[in-house]
Amino acid sequence: MTTFIIRRLLQLIPVLLGVTILVFSLMHLTPGNPAVIMAGESAPEATVKAIEQRLGLNDPLHIQYLNFLGNAAQLDFGVSVRDNIPVFDHIQPRFLITLELTIYSTIFTVVLGLLAGIVSAIKQYSFYDVTLMIITLFGLSMPNFWLGLMLIQWFAIELGWFAPTGWGNADQLLLPVISLGTAGAAIIARMTRSSMLDVIQQDYIRTARAKGVKERTVIFRHALKNAMIPVVTVIGLQFGYFLGGSILTESVFAINGLGRLIIDSILQRDFPVVQGAVLVIAVSFVFVNLIVDISYRLLNKRVDLN
Amino acid sequence: MSENILDINDLRTSFFVEGNEIKAVDGVTLQVPEGKTLGIVGESGSGKSISALSILQLIDDPGKIVGGSIDFNGEELTDVKPSRMRNIRGNEISMIFQEPMTSLNPVYTIGQQLRESYKIHEGLGKKEGTKRAIEMLEMVGIPSPDKRIDQYPYELSGGMRQRVMIAMALACKPELLIADEPTTALDVTIQSQILELIKELQEEIGMSVIMITHDLGVIAETCDYVAVMYCGQIVEYADVETLFDNPKHPYTVGLLNSLPRHDMDQDELIPIKGSVPAPDEMPAGCRFAPRCPHASNICSQMPALETQEDGNDVRCWIYTDQWDGEKGVKVYDRESTS
Amino acid sequence: MTENQLLKVANLKQYFPIKGGFLGRTVNHVKAVDDVSFTINKGETVSVVGESGCGKSTTGRAILRLDEPTEGKIEFDGQDIVSMNKNEMRKMRSEMQIIFQDPYASLNPRKTVRQTLNEAMEIQDVVPKNERNDRIIELMETVGLQRHQIDRFPHEFSGGQRQRIGIARALSVNPKLIICDEAVSALDVSIQAQVLNLLKKLQREYDLTYMFIAHDLGVVRHISDRIVVMYLGKVVESGDTKAIFENPQHPYTKALLSAIPVPDPKNKSERIFLRGDVPSPIDPPQGCRFHTRCPYATDKCKTEEPLLEEKDSVMTGSHDVACHYAKDIQSGRHKPTYEMTDVRKALDEEGGDNESTGKELEDAKN
Repeated sequence: MTTFIIRRLLQLIPVLLGVTILVFSLMHLTPGNPAVIMAGESAPEATVKAIEQRLGLNDPLHIQYLNFLGNAAQLDFGVSVRDNIPVFDHIQPRFLITLELTIYSTIFTVVLGLLAGIVSAIKQYSFYDVTLMIITLFGLSMPNFWLGLMLIQWFAIELGWFAPTGWGNADQLLLPVISLGTAGAAIIARMTRSSMLDVIQQDYIRTARAKGVKERTVIFRHALKNAMIPVVTVIGLQFGYFLGGSILTESVFAINGLGRLIIDSILQRDFPVVQGAVLVIAVSFVFVNLIVDISYRLLNKRVDLN
Repeated sequence: MSENILDINDLRTSFFVEGNEIKAVDGVTLQVPEGKTLGIVGESGSGKSISALSILQLIDDPGKIVGGSIDFNGEELTDVKPSRMRNIRGNEISMIFQEPMTSLNPVYTIGQQLRESYKIHEGLGKKEGTKRAIEMLEMVGIPSPDKRIDQYPYELSGGMRQRVMIAMALACKPELLIADEPTTALDVTIQSQILELIKELQEEIGMSVIMITHDLGVIAETCDYVAVMYCGQIVEYADVETLFDNPKHPYTVGLLNSLPRHDMDQDELIPIKGSVPAPDEMPAGCRFAPRCPHASNICSQMPALETQEDGNDVRCWIYTDQWDGEKGVKVYDRESTS
Repeated sequence: MTENQLLKVANLKQYFPIKGGFLGRTVNHVKAVDDVSFTINKGETVSVVGESGCGKSTTGRAILRLDEPTEGKIEFDGQDIVSMNKNEMRKMRSEMQIIFQDPYASLNPRKTVRQTLNEAMEIQDVVPKNERNDRIIELMETVGLQRHQIDRFPHEFSGGQRQRIGIARALSVNPKLIICDEAVSALDVSIQAQVLNLLKKLQREYDLTYMFIAHDLGVVRHISDRIVVMYLGKVVESGDTKAIFENPQHPYTKALLSAIPVPDPKNKSERIFLRGDVPSPIDPPQGCRFHTRCPYATDKCKTEEPLLEEKDSVMTGSHDVACHYAKDIQSGRHKPTYEMTDVRKALDEEGGDNESTGKELEDAKN
């Protein structure tokens, strides 16, 4: 196990290098001189030169990259073009909000998805199964911004149960989480259902029953742990997707998360902030994947051999 | 004759698929004498495994036991409460299966799976359960059981896994063990170890065994009584020597004649013509009639399983007064096969 | 003798690399087949027998070059197969066909019997186009299928019938050699007997040569002229069917034969229990590969590999065995070092403990 984790950590190095190169190129592949873009088309020559100087844009590309890398390693992503505040200070509070939204949405997704999937599987072709599968189909097909708008319309404006926008108070949490997590829950439900159906057919389930194990224990102890093996991968992917994909939800609910920071910064051509934010998301994604791999391995001992 | 531990009467198990009833087990009557081994032999689709699963009430949808009775030590299994049935499973009646590779749960250690039986049936905690599990592994001949107990199934070979399955099945010293093709997936040298092990443990624990197999060699080697199944019915039942010495049903004879032997020279195998009818094309009369070399008019009606003078129970018109085919037909000619 | 030879396998080795380590280097090999030699004469049936992992199927695949052999020589009809290029090999394949255990997996489910047979002939181009249809009908009849079943799909046939389709496909290109890889193992006995009889009939009619790969020794005794017994990638004994079954020389062959249950309750054989399992082919035992499970093994067996040579004094003539003590065991001079009758003690010795091999495998993969 330890060798596995060490090996996976070593394998992260090239991945992280790749990610940083991509993010670094973001600024340099954008057409035009970044300094001009930052300063604005009509800025005087001297300002542009000053920016070039400050950003080190005159250095050879690899030196620039190494500088970028060295700074990023110390969480120094430069300063915002807009207000000269360090990028890190912009990102940190926003990232925590997005992380919160992501974690809540993942919990919502997993709990709802697993329950629906298990019920569907053990009551295959029943009323519950058919109903749940129709609901998941809706969940999958609804764009999350539209779902968000509908939720605000019904539960916030008409019924007044929840706050329509914002984040932090108890009445602000549920609607964005539903909006972001519904599609994921639907995917997990369907995955769990088919995985459970597959596992229930296995010989070892019959063995457990022949041993005199209670049906509930058969499902939750013997079947679920096996059925979770493919689902864990999807949960991990969902988490990563929420992290990077919360932009729409944050916009709809006016949540000051990382997604909105990126959109605002793009609109204002605040490239250092965009760069920093994208890097944070990408790195988080990579680490989430690592955690998924480790839990996958804890669940499925046979990965050792395959 | 000794007491019967299990008495199955006219058992019927059907599967309901798209409005059709497929009679997988169609009127099986069997007894398992205490301490003895009953073999059930038949080809794929004969209903031998379904019969076994029916005893433990382990038939899943769309299958259902539709009739008959299963008397186990005076208790009627077809209508005991589910909680009582769970109490019987793995405690009084245990079962081992064909595929040792897939019959153990891959995500739990051997110890965890063995301890579960002790927890369910004897309420033992982890410490006591582990002790008993190690004893059990030792009993089935697994070396260094204290280390093995923390291993996962994938770390064991097929033969080892089947030993673990046996250890698990015998954990609570059951009165009846149902072994469903326990050695079919194993190599012969491992098969002989496992069969011998079952036989030895049977004597130690004093249990009865139902041995389900397609292999007449395994039957001859391990069983006291044999039931031959074909298309959901028993076509012949006898003690093992009578069955091999003097088989009466044309299907039993066909099986013996088509078996290539490693212990003698044979000129030509005499196969049974045709193949097993599909479940939805079951003949109305004798199920074997379309493949039977002796079939006659009367065979379009279903014969009953009747006891013959020399001890066999046979489901065949040839041995009745109503037989309208060739008189004195010789179903089994021992000389021609040996 | 050599003129009559159809297939000659000499010193065949088939090693499969195991990738491992941080960089995915080859860290070790699975020595599936390790220096195997035998010949098959025209019109003969030679069976290669052994338990799972002995390398019998790998040998068959190597002969057809479905896997490229690591080392060794394979001659078919006097031609060296190993050095052939792809084109030559494709032509060669019309002379050598294979039938697998699971006919369903080897038939294209979307093709009718007619299409399947037609395709086989088209690839090899052995029958002119306008004669193919007649040939297909003839083949159907030959293998005992009905003419009206010709446009049906594989799922519409039973297991035995599908195996007949597999046989028809193999026959369609007029091969000289058919390799039957566990071809009847999945069939019920009554159907198995039908297919075995069919194979025997076809052999007489078409002058076919069979290489039979099987683990069922009843089937093997019935169909073979000669037998090659393999254990852990090596040939341990080979000879005429009668000699192998009635006067086996190698302790492994004896154990194997004694392990098969006899379908005769009055004639229960005295069992010889081998201890433990077959060792891993990654790091096979030194010396005689069977020594870890052999009751007769001595220190010599642990270090010195026995040659495959004639040692049978009763049934002479091409009966070879690879055992240092074959003669002495036969004459009773060399006794087993322990009793082989306790099935539970059988595992406590080194051969039974496959813990180490499991760990090695794991390490290798990491």
